[in-house]
Amino acid sequence: MSPMSRWPLQCIVNGVLRQLEVEPRHTAVDVLREQLGLTGTHAGCEHGVCGACTILVDDEPVRSCLLFAVQLEGCAVTTVEALASPEGELHPLQDSFSAHHALQCGFCTPGMLLTALDLLARNPDPTRSEVRQALSANLCRCTGYQQIVDAVMDAARSR
Amino acid sequence: MKPAPFRYLRPTSLDDALAALHQAASEASPDGDEFASDRVKVLAGGQSLVPLLSMRLTQPELLIDLNAVAGLNRIERDGEDLRVGAMTRHERLVDDPMITAEVPLVAQAATYIGHRAIRTRGTLGGSLAHADPAAELPLVALALEAEIELASLSGTRRVPASAFFEGPLSTCVGADELIVAVRFPLATARRPFGFAELARRHGDFALALAAVTVAVDADGACRAATIAVGGVAGTPLLLGAAARALIGTRLEDDAVDAAAQAVTAHINPHGDLHASAGYRKAMAQLLVRRAIQTARGAR
Repeated sequence: MSPMSRWPLQCIVNGVLRQLEVEPRHTAVDVLREQLGLTGTHAGCEHGVCGACTILVDDEPVRSCLLFAVQLEGCAVTTVEALASPEGELHPLQDSFSAHHALQCGFCTPGMLLTALDLLARNPDPTRSEVRQALSANLCRCTGYQQIVDAVMDAARSR
Repeated sequence: MKPAPFRYLRPTSLDDALAALHQAASEASPDGDEFASDRVKVLAGGQSLVPLLSMRLTQPELLIDLNAVAGLNRIERDGEDLRVGAMTRHERLVDDPMITAEVPLVAQAATYIGHRAIRTRGTLGGSLAHADPAAELPLVALALEAEIELASLSGTRRVPASAFFEGPLSTCVGADELIVAVRFPLATARRPFGFAELARRHGDFALALAAVTVAVDADGACRAATIAVGGVAGTPLLLGAAARALIGTRLEDDAVDAAAQAVTAHINPHGDLHASAGYRKAMAQLLVRRAIQTARGAR
């Protein structure tokens, strides 16, 4: 087998069965973006520090730059594209981010949303401190952290 | 920031994984090639290895992915040990009932590892193999007098944590060996303990960290203790002299002072841009002090 050999990959992405071939060295974020055209997941630092590429794999948050796409075999992947309804109606978290001006440049937003989605799934009524601790996994270089925390708190309250 | 090409193997059994590793190790080092360890890499959770691959600090020819190997994430009582499979994820260490009941220091320390999106992937065996001197699990493996179980085609061996770490990011694991489990002796794991860590932000690598266990007799005297500190040397350190300062005492404040002084006398950290040598030293003894106080309160 040559080093460049591609591997078959079968996984479910946002509810849709996907079958493709991937190069083992390609990370999940690169395959989502380049091969599946799902550019909502952002590649930030590409070494596991910034959290921008956070996705859910089998309902658990992971950094998609620290996972090879070939490792998604048999998994169910959720990206930010799955949050809004097919008709374009925003998810309550997205609404709350909009209402609280919780994004400036928007680069960190997909990772923030999925981190918050996971937090609220496990802890529907978090304290402000718990929200801050969960979001400490994600960097916002516009430093709009207060509004992001406000948005997650408000989304939790209004559920 | 893209890994160089590599050949990828995804064995589904330990035997297949060991055979692949053995073959690759023997091909890579026909005459003891010192770079053999860089030709083959073993992928566990990937939370330290994938950044190294992406930055091309390591460019292996072969990557052996352990994530499909059956049976490496078992947690079970085995005699007087709790045996925890090497592929057990950090997030499971935090909340598995066997871990929280039998080795609560491991569960507590695991909450300090990175963030949830790191802990869902990172593994116990991977953390020990990576051997970062400021990481939590190598430290608690030392404090709990754990043994690391290594397997190769020629059999298995157990190495005490105190002999496992050889330097920064360096261990005694051979080129054809895999970490398959970590054994935590229940006698040590059930002792009162304390854990303390200093980091700039939640989830950052520690500037310094400490773990302490104490065994106390019915009459209140300390008959055994372990004190481990991290972030102050090339490996986490088990400080026997500091622990001996507690033995025979009732862990009163004088004894805590004596142990803290022994910590200061036996560590010689380097300074870097994150913290000066003096600050690290001061913090290490303070964290040991706090960890002993926590253990004392937990008696």
